Amino acid sequence: MEEKKRSRGLLRVDVNECKGCGMCVEACPPKVISMSEKLNHYGYRTATYAGEGCTACGICFMVCPEPGAITVLRAVNHMAGAGGGLKAGVEGAMACASN
Amino acid sequence: MRKQLMKGNEAIVKSAILAGCRAYYGYPITPASEIAEAAANYLPQTGGVFLQAESEVAAINMLYGASSAGVRCMTASSGPGISLMQEGISYMAGAELPCVIADITRGGPGLGNIASEQSDYHQAVKGGGNGCYHTLVLAPHSVQEMADLTALAFELADRYRTPVMLLADGFVGQMMEPVEFPQTAAEPHVPQWAVTGMAESRGNLITSLHMGSDDLEAHVRHLEAKYKLAEQNETRAEEWFTEDAEIVLVGYGIVGRILKAVTAEARASGMNVGLLRPITLYPFPTKHFQRLAPQARVFVVVEMSTGQLVEDVRLALNGVRPVEFLSRVGGNVPSHEEVLEFVRKVARRYLPAMTLDEEQMAHV
Amino acid sequence: MSSELIAEYEVVHGKAKSFYELYARKDELQHQTHYCPGCGHGQIHKMLASAIDELGIQDRTILVSPVGCSVFAYYYFDVGNVQAAHGRAPAVATALKRSRRGSIVVAYQGDGDLSAIGSAEILHAANRGENVTVIFVNNAIYSMTGGQYAPTTLLGQKSTTTPLGRSAENEGYPLHVSELLASLEAPVYIERVGLGDNKQIAQAGRAIRRAVENQVKGLGFSLIEVLSPCPTVWKMQPVEAQHWVRDVMEKTFPLGVFRDRTKEAKAWPAHEAPPALDRIPQILGVADEDLPAGNASLMARADDVDLHVRVAGFGGQGVLLLGEVLAEAGLDAGLEVSWLPSYGPEMRSGTSNCHVRLSREPIDSPLVTVPNVLVAMNEPSLRKFDQSVRPGGWVIYNGDAFPEDCARKDVHVLALPFTRVADELGDARAANMVMLGALLEIAGALPQASIDAALKRLVKNPRWVELDERALARGRELYRESCLEACHEG
Repeated sequence: MEEKKRSRGLLRVDVNECKGCGMCVEACPPKVISMSEKLNHYGYRTATYAGEGCTACGICFMVCPEPGAITVLRAVNHMAGAGGGLKAGVEGAMACASN
Repeated sequence: MRKQLMKGNEAIVKSAILAGCRAYYGYPITPASEIAEAAANYLPQTGGVFLQAESEVAAINMLYGASSAGVRCMTASSGPGISLMQEGISYMAGAELPCVIADITRGGPGLGNIASEQSDYHQAVKGGGNGCYHTLVLAPHSVQEMADLTALAFELADRYRTPVMLLADGFVGQMMEPVEFPQTAAEPHVPQWAVTGMAESRGNLITSLHMGSDDLEAHVRHLEAKYKLAEQNETRAEEWFTEDAEIVLVGYGIVGRILKAVTAEARASGMNVGLLRPITLYPFPTKHFQRLAPQARVFVVVEMSTGQLVEDVRLALNGVRPVEFLSRVGGNVPSHEEVLEFVRKVARRYLPAMTLDEEQMAHV
Repeated sequence: MSSELIAEYEVVHGKAKSFYELYARKDELQHQTHYCPGCGHGQIHKMLASAIDELGIQDRTILVSPVGCSVFAYYYFDVGNVQAAHGRAPAVATALKRSRRGSIVVAYQGDGDLSAIGSAEILHAANRGENVTVIFVNNAIYSMTGGQYAPTTLLGQKSTTTPLGRSAENEGYPLHVSELLASLEAPVYIERVGLGDNKQIAQAGRAIRRAVENQVKGLGFSLIEVLSPCPTVWKMQPVEAQHWVRDVMEKTFPLGVFRDRTKEAKAWPAHEAPPALDRIPQILGVADEDLPAGNASLMARADDVDLHVRVAGFGGQGVLLLGEVLAEAGLDAGLEVSWLPSYGPEMRSGTSNCHVRLSREPIDSPLVTVPNVLVAMNEPSLRKFDQSVRPGGWVIYNGDAFPEDCARKDVHVLALPFTRVADELGDARAANMVMLGALLEIAGALPQASIDAALKRLVKNPRWVELDERALARGRELYRESCLEACHEG
């Protein structure tokens, strides 16, 4: 596939930290977050990223009450001159989000 | 060192600053206000902080903050104000924060009056706040001791990481006597546990909260162990003509001074009287009482309350010797003539009979 | 996915560095906060943490956590932490900041903590303009204790202690903390924000950052009130609670900036360096070199000094000063001394008296109940203490004639109109020194140099020193004259 089809942003959800409040689902402008069908270890349905469509706006992160339940990433080539952030492979992120 | 005439309340502040105290937060109250006034004068000149708080509640919590930041700090108040501080004192004891609190006592309960009483003994020695804690309590009886025990109070507060109270009465606070001070000022140091807003103290936490029952028990046991250590190492009392005393007078603060005059007069009239003056009220100098008990016929407690110190004396003696009690309250001070008359009565009651008993015992 | 699709991503919104990686509150659940799902505290914590990160002040920050749901904030923030008693965070923060001026002190409080039990502390910290940041979390209820009403509970809102809803008649009106504090002069920045929707939340984050930045710049007191959802106690779903903040709470508590003086505010002045340690005894006036050597060497006579003096009169007659000069002179002469002012019930209502002792031996009791010298500056004082004078002692009385019924055969009396004498010398207020002169002449022991030195130390005005010196001399003369008269009469 081509570069242009790649989503600008990417979402990671730590399912162990997520308490399933659903604030991010409500807040997400492109509506690419939903609640999981599966329960996590603590009995919560957790936020799940649709896998594409994230714009890296960060609103889900802002409304999420947990310090590290959501991590928002942005594709490097969309950020001219940016650097120094944590690098993450998309596969790792997807794997995490799909838990 | 040269002496100068000074009020006890002023001596406290000068000694505190020489001992490294750099913060005073307080609220005015008679008869302790001169302490705040002297602190307002001298602390800003010596690189310290003085702030008159909106209440005693705020003042003690400001000490909580200053002490958390690792600054030697103090406040002063009297009965009603100390009552308001009890919340903060409990928190400071729980959070293991050192500070010095001078209680220049007055009459109670409630507003009582501004005259001198010794009715804060219980709220100082037994603690007025919640939980299993103690404050160490020192009881000066002269202006020189106001200075010396203030310095000691800061040392003990740091050594045991706990609030220390100076329990003085209005007389010792208001009177002037010659006093001398050390000629060097202690350098303020920052304890390792303090929260200073610097990288090295970033992980530090000051709290009295321990949610788990095992955690809290461990913490309370740790505090208990500190108090036990203080009981072993820090008890202080003055003995005055006790070597052969058959009647041991007991009193602290200004009463200790009166009892010295009484002791001198009683000895002049042939009675074997001595004085045991507790200097630490907590930890209580129980050992002194137990050591004097075998030779003494009776202990006479004189107190400007209806009976607070006397309870600890009875506990220390645990029934092995009788305890007689003379009390004045409301701002009235037992005159030494009044005490002497009481001692004569006690002597008539106890000395001949007990001497006889012993003689009889010797012949059995 | 094929390998050519793997692109590089970097974190743009992630867990703040100012949070601990794991929270050691319990052995389990160390990666979760203790807050309920949808609780506003988590959002506010994140705003504060990112402000700390962005401003680069993690090492300098001291967080004061309150009593309430956020009592455990110290488990989350990797900064200096101090946990305060209920409502007292502003007092604790005040002293932390004043103790460590380089620190950044943030007090974090709920509505019960700040607006009820701690209303005095927040009011006065704000009014003093303490250079601290206060985050005030208003969720209109006591949450940790299970849903009792708070000063900020809305009218009609049910709580466990307003089961029929808050009524103005019984509980009063919701307390508008931001508006109240904005009526004070000192605060620099006060804003109320909400967590009611994305836009509000974004503004809340900016406001919190600004309030912390104000402190970094040293501008003064900033408070951000945050309307915050409590889904659990409000019995709502998280998103429903969020919208309730926007749709209902905000009607009672309008959002906005209530105070912004950041432009006019001046940075706190730099702390003056403390004086060198070796200067402190001098500053306190206790350095040996600044204290007089005294005139003990002039006390050559082996007199047995044992003065038990009671001075009594009305306020303004110089009773305390008389005693003080005597005690100060005694100290100067190398004696043991004590001075005890009348104190307690007698202190008010006009009467005044003091106890003075001078002795070669250590003073046992500073209380003089049986004086060997009574200085009575008026008749009521004479009547009060006359009978207490030790047989063989002296009564020095200020009056035209000694009251007949006070006369005692076993004490000496010097009764003169000392006030008139002083008036003739230039000021009636010097009567105390005339009487002291007589006393000193009677007692005999103290060297004049000690008395002069005491006077100079205690009386600052040179005009008064001069007058007092003459008064003392006149008092001595009067006593000597009375002796001569007594000899003639005898």
